[in-house]
Amino acid sequence: MIRLLLTRAALAILFMWIASSAMLGLVWLSPGDATSDMMGSVPERARMAERTRLGLDRPFSQQYAGWLTHAVRLDLGSSLRYHRPVLSLVAERAANTALLAVAAFVLAVAIGLPLGVLTGSERYPLAGALVRSSSLLMLSVPPLLLSLLLLWVAARTGWLPTGGMTTASSDEWSWWTRAGDLVAHLTLPVMALAVPLAAALERLQSAAVMTQKSAPFVMLALARGASADRVLWRDVWRAALTPVLGVLGLAAGRLLSGSLAVELVTAWPGLGRLMFDALGWRDAPLAAGCGAAAALALVTWSTVAEIVARRVDPRMHDSTQGGGA
Amino acid sequence: MNGPDPTGLRAGGRAPAIPGSPILPRSPISLGSANTRASTPPLRRATRALAYLILSAIVLITLTAPFTAPYDPAAQFREHLLAPPMPLRVRDADGHWQRPFFYPLRSISRLERTFAEDRSRPVPLTLFKDGHLLRPATLAHGPWLPLGSDRLGRDIASRLVYGARVSLGVAVVAVAGALLLGLLIGTWAGMVRGLLDAALMRLTEFVLILPALYVVLAARATLPASLSPLAVFLLLAGVLAVIGWPTVAASVRAIVRVEMTKDYVAAARASGAGALHLLRQHLWPAAAGVLRVQALLLLPAAIMAETTLSFVGLGFDADRPSWGTLLQDASDIRALTDYPWLLSAGGAIVLLVWALNLLLEPRDRGQGSQA
Repeated sequence: MIRLLLTRAALAILFMWIASSAMLGLVWLSPGDATSDMMGSVPERARMAERTRLGLDRPFSQQYAGWLTHAVRLDLGSSLRYHRPVLSLVAERAANTALLAVAAFVLAVAIGLPLGVLTGSERYPLAGALVRSSSLLMLSVPPLLLSLLLLWVAARTGWLPTGGMTTASSDEWSWWTRAGDLVAHLTLPVMALAVPLAAALERLQSAAVMTQKSAPFVMLALARGASADRVLWRDVWRAALTPVLGVLGLAAGRLLSGSLAVELVTAWPGLGRLMFDALGWRDAPLAAGCGAAAALALVTWSTVAEIVARRVDPRMHDSTQGGGA
Repeated sequence: MNGPDPTGLRAGGRAPAIPGSPILPRSPISLGSANTRASTPPLRRATRALAYLILSAIVLITLTAPFTAPYDPAAQFREHLLAPPMPLRVRDADGHWQRPFFYPLRSISRLERTFAEDRSRPVPLTLFKDGHLLRPATLAHGPWLPLGSDRLGRDIASRLVYGARVSLGVAVVAVAGALLLGLLIGTWAGMVRGLLDAALMRLTEFVLILPALYVVLAARATLPASLSPLAVFLLLAGVLAVIGWPTVAASVRAIVRVEMTKDYVAAARASGAGALHLLRQHLWPAAAGVLRVQALLLLPAAIMAETTLSFVGLGFDADRPSWGTLLQDASDIRALTDYPWLLSAGGAIVLLVWALNLLLEPRDRGQGSQA
């Protein structure tokens, strides 16, 4: 366990360095810079002065070396646009995305796994057919479309707020009203993100249950007189978790991609939106910070997924050590 | 060890047959519904046929866009800004069956852009008129807009059909590229083994966990805001191919490794077959099934990536119809509530992806009745 955590920590640092350096390089390669917006509105001399002040006129190697020497001391600089330290800004937005992604993931697991057991067992033909066809449909509605669709419903009915994270006047409210307000704002983006994922998990769990239910241990349990329902809901579903656990680590990329689309549609102030804006504004330090945060999120998620998988299924440990196809 | 089944789940999971024991069913859990299994295959076959029908219809309509679209995608009908859909009808207000016709729209208020159907004047639709599949018989009562029009008065149905060319074109080229890359890297890793194999697999895992949209966004954002359509096309297809290959490579490698251990491969090698012969005659044919599945899995992702990028303004120009630029019109909340037909492209995407997902359904659910 300790070894795993140590190697993953090293991996996280490597990933963060690669991701943020790539971001800096990409912004530097891209046409224009952070002062391009000022073109036309201020005299060209003033723009050049601003460039010099921000150090954008220095060669890339110097800019990069300057950024790196600060970054190793956890000083990621200031956003050229927001005029705020990158670290606190990115941390704030990344927390919003994490809230969205984790809530969506928990919901997807809570819906997807039981339904997968239900369809995989083939014990409930009618409900199974219903679940299977609706999950096939839900699998075909990606987060971007689902959030647009839900937004339309929300705007039509007025049941849910249609964007943002909080109501503008919420500062004066008591904390529980604010919590309720947050949940109301969270519902739509979480659903848009969770439902397609739940459908995918249902598929996986269903296929795994189908193969596991004829395993010898099931026959033994049945032969000893355990009821089929008991065996299914107590033993089979757990044995069938292995393929689901196997793709758990991949869910992070999916959730991040999905939340980017959802954040852009529902104006959720998250990491994806921030990176979108940072790249558009050529805000190099901010883009680098976003890249590092995304890399950290990926490594953290896959490490947690690995630990959970080992806890749930001790066999995983052996198979990862053994390697091979 | 299970032939071309990449997961090995299906064959491996089957209950060990207990000789001379007809009492034990193959799957004790499904005791309750054992007789439903017999009725599944025809239904499954029907859904597959439906999926093929939908896909071939979409491909056909897309390929013959200038013929199937009623109008030019850029044509503007200035009297019909944000007009609601005019459905094709075959029954009139009195309940009589008619040749296909539609009710033209009458403008109620130009300012508020409200329209009403003019039920007194049904306009028949004619097949093959002016080189188009279906068009109104007379132009006197305005255009036929089966899915309504956008804020510039352009026919959404025509833009959808022309947009499919762009969106599907990008997706198909991207998937072809991803399959090719994955096939090459996968066979390479599967055949060489050792350090290079390990390095290639680490690379595969690395690309696999990248959030695809973030990468596409980063790659796109660094280029000038306005690019030529061809440049956008190549850029999107290229980036999507570079992101899509890892799953292909991993499954191809698994198959190549299994096949390499088989006797017939050893026999072919012993009789002097070169690597290229081995690949073309034995290894790639064995991987064909996996490639088909991977193509079906990658297509929806590629379509969605193009849509998302164009939606946020980083794909094609707003003027060039693609499914993403069409959806862009629905991005502001007021437009969405007042003119929901702007979401038509979403319907097209769901239909297409649904058909692709239908084809991914296993032919036989449950206990491999075909084996």
